Order: sequence, then C-alpha cells, then structure tokens
Amino acid sequence: MIIIGELINGMYKDVGRAIVNKEADVIQHLALDQVKSGASVLDVNTGPYSKNPKDDMKWLVESIQSVVDVSLALDSTKMDVIEEGLKLVKKRAIINSTSADEDKMSKIFDLAKRYNTQVIGLAMDKSGVPNNKEKRLELAATIVAKAMEYGINTDDLYLDPIVLPVNVAQTQGAEVLEAIREFRLLCDPAPQTTIGLSNVSQGTKFRPLINRTFLAMAIASGLTSAILDPLDKDLMDALITAELVLNKQIYCDSFLDAYRKK
Amino acid sequence: MAMELVKEKYSNAINVVEIGSPGAGAIKVGGETTLPFLFSEGGMPNPPVVALEILDCRPEEWSDNLKSALGDSAKDPVVWAKAAVEKFGAKMLCVRLQSMHPDYGNRSADEAVSVLRSIAKEVRVPLIIVGCGDDDKDNDALPRASQELKGTNSLFGIATQDNYKTLTATALADGHSIIAESPIDVNIAKQVNILISDMGFDPKKIVMHPTTTSLGYGMEYVYSIMERARLAAFMGDKMLSMPFILFAGQEVWKVKEAKESGKAQGVNWEITTSVSMLQAGADILVLRHPDSVKAVNEYIETMMGGSK
Repeated sequence: MIIIGELINGMYKDVGRAIVNKEADVIQHLALDQVKSGASVLDVNTGPYSKNPKDDMKWLVESIQSVVDVSLALDSTKMDVIEEGLKLVKKRAIINSTSADEDKMSKIFDLAKRYNTQVIGLAMDKSGVPNNKEKRLELAATIVAKAMEYGINTDDLYLDPIVLPVNVAQTQGAEVLEAIREFRLLCDPAPQTTIGLSNVSQGTKFRPLINRTFLAMAIASGLTSAILDPLDKDLMDALITAELVLNKQIYCDSFLDAYRKK
Repeated sequence: MAMELVKEKYSNAINVVEIGSPGAGAIKVGGETTLPFLFSEGGMPNPPVVALEILDCRPEEWSDNLKSALGDSAKDPVVWAKAAVEKFGAKMLCVRLQSMHPDYGNRSADEAVSVLRSIAKEVRVPLIIVGCGDDDKDNDALPRASQELKGTNSLFGIATQDNYKTLTATALADGHSIIAESPIDVNIAKQVNILISDMGFDPKKIVMHPTTTSLGYGMEYVYSIMERARLAAFMGDKMLSMPFILFAGQEVWKVKEAKESGKAQGVNWEITTSVSMLQAGADILVLRHPDSVKAVNEYIETMMGGSK
C-alpha cells in the first residue's frame, strides 16, 4: 500500500500560517512525523490562500527535502506551480492531478513525460463528479487512453474515483468501491488506484471511524494507494490489519509492530 | 513465437550475517536475492556453509555409524574439534554443550564452559554454540559461554518464543549473533524475530531455525514453511529476511533408517536431507558425519558453478 501523507496542505491553518511566515520547522516536523508513521509519499499543496503559490511551492519542496528522502505528490490546479516543484524534486514525483478533460490531460501528461513523473488521474471532468460507477469507468478509461498516447506506463497512473462525503452522497460509497475494483481491470499492467480518504467523512460527527472503515473496505476492493493522515494511529492499524487479512503480510502476534519495522 | 521464461524480480534481499572474527576465517552467510541457485533471476553472493557438529563430551548415544567414522577423536572433545577442522575439513564448527543436560551427564555449567574454552583455543574457525536444550541449564551456562567467547562474533543458540531474553541480552552484550527457533511455524518464526529485535538486538545478527526434520519424517512441511518465509522476505518482509540454519545431522541420526542400517544409507540419508534443505533456502547446515560434509560441500560447489 502506497501511503500519501496529506498533512502538508495550506488549507490547514497551522500549515497556511507556516507558509506565510516561512516557518520551515513546522513543515519539517509534519514531514518527519508522516514519514515515521508510514507515509512513503508526501502530498504538497500551497493551499487556496497562498498569494505567491510558485514561490511557496519552491519553499515547501526545499524545506521538506532537507529533512526527508521520499517522493512528493505535487498538488495544485496550476501547471506552473507544479512545474516549479518538479524542477526541484530529488525523487520521482507524482503530479496531483489531472481530470479527464482533454486540455488538462494534454498539459499534465506532457509535463509528466518531460519530468518523468507519475500522475494521479481524477475520474471527473468539467461536467463534475460522476454519480455512478459506469461514468467513473468511462472517464478513467479516457485518462488511461490519453496516458498511453503520451507513452506513460499505465502502472504509473493513479486512478482516483473521487470519494464524496457520506452525509451528502450516501449512494456513492458503493459506486466508488465498485469503481476501484474495475479500474484495476482497465489495462495491463494494472493502474494504481488512490482516494482522497478524508473526504468520505467531511462534515460528519465520527470522522476517524468513518475514515478507517471506508479505507478497510476500499483496500478489500483492491485499492493500492491512499491520500490520508498517517498520524491517525487507529487508521494506520486498520490499514495494516486489512492488508493482513488479504494475506499481504505474514501473520504474527506482533503484526502491527512488524509492519512498522519495515 | 518463442516462449519467454517468466522471471521474478524481488525488492528485498536476505540479510548478510557474518560469523567468526576476521582472524579466524570469518564466514558470511545470506544475501540471496532469489530462490536457491536460481541464478537467472538473482544472486547468491555467499554460498551455503556446512558446519560439523561436535559435543562437549563423548557421543555415547550416537549411532555406531557415526562413532566409527569419528574414531578415537570423539573420545576427547578438544581432539574431536581439531579433527573436525584439520582432518574432516569443516569450515565452521558447531559445539553442543550436551554434557550439562540432566539426562546426559548433568555436568555443571562451569565444566561445560571450561571444555568450550579449551576447544576455542585450539580451532580457528567460526563457532556455533548451542545449549543442551534444558532451559534452566542453558540460561545458566550460555551467558558464561558468551562472555568467554566475547569478541569472536560467534553464533549462539537457541532462542525460542518462551525463552529468548537471557540469550538475547547476553549475545547483545558480547557482540554475538543469535539463532531464533520456531516450531515449523512461519507466524511464530516472525514473532520470535520481532521479540528479539524489540530488545534492541540487530535483526541483521539473527539466523532463523525453522526446525529441522529428517527425510521421511515431514521434511516437506519444513520445506514449504521455509519457502513461504523466503518469498515473503523477498517481497519486503524485514522480519523474515534472516538466513536459515538447519540442524540436519541432529535429526537424521535420530531416525532408524539412518542409524540402524549400513553406513552408506545413513550418510545418504544425511546428504539427501541436506540437499533438500539447500533447495529450500538453507544458509547453514549442521551435519554430523564427515563423509556427508564432504559430499554436501561438493554439491554446493557444483550448484554454485551456475553463478559463474
């Protein structure tokens, strides 16, 4: 399971403040803590309030890379902001993300090719997020086809079916789980699948419980990666246990400890 | 269309464990990146090693087949140790402190350690030291033996799920490696490795004993457990990435097919068991008959020829 740590995002108050005041230690703490807790990739997002996102992205990437040696998922809607990060990354990066819109895909895949990155592809387009599995599959297939056109390996694609909050779109949980299972069958080698997990519990009262329950179900559906909060220990325990039940780790009484020693 | 062979590529290698001090022909084991002798897929940087087993007392209970092969040397453990290295060509020696066992002499820990001291003085090959199998006796003697051999980087055993703390602490203090045993159970094998490493012991100084059985006595089960652990290790399980040690001699010379028939059959039984264990991933084999040691070493050399 590829764990993408979600915490370095300017949307969070402390991170937003740290970006404005250039408090590198705040960012570096978050980077170290997430990696120690099991993240193998860190998402980097300057947030919606950044006045100068290009500079902020550059500063974030440099600050993070001075303390950890992991891949970064450069998360922005703006091409030039992503490219600013790509110029600096030391390890192979992930672009987060493209939609299934033609113009967006061409630009993102061109960038991915030039910088040899992986790409997260969101199963949505200008008309919005699909409300069923079929439409999600159609959009995912569009992304796969476009990626292949650009010579991008299909296992370097992370297809995201778009998770919606359970309190506003309750019918979508099952559709997303089905989509994850079928995304894997779209091409060979199979694409990676990922979700922005925390979205499932947005605005609900029992966020951690909903997050970890949904994660376990998604893993059972074949999820290979997730953007999540690795500092949520119960969540990580659920992730480890789900993989254990699927025979991805050999059981021993201290299996949680064993996984963390990897 | 020509058929292409499917080749596996794994992400993780087996740990390399060094046994012995540099001055005494230290030997490295482990480091494999693929299943045994599958050189088209990966490497085996360190060939498997055969150790000869000796006791710290006369081998009264051993089969006549073995005793006649050892001759007079077995009358004195120090002479036996020297013969094992000089005459029988053992590159590694396993000393079992059998004499302490309540059923086999019940000697004191002091006496056993004193014999070990004399042996260690006479031979210059890496040493494996195992207790007598009685936990109380072993927990008394092994710390002293470990201290006695401090700095020799020896391999000490045997730690089990229920008795690992004393040996782990003492091996840690004196810089030795440790044998972690499990009862033909991959889950417990992993658990013992975690318990030992949780005490601050370097996982890269652990050698796993998955339990050995003889040809004809469920050897296939051991084979399947070893293979499962190995594959998990290659796929990234660090708590199963330890080299294997197999006490093939000890098991083979217990069974009637080996000890009660002619010499050739006993030796062949030991060789066949050993070769199967090598194919399952054995890194260290502990044998008893000098002729088996010779034959198994030849087999290893032949198989390793494929790496060139």
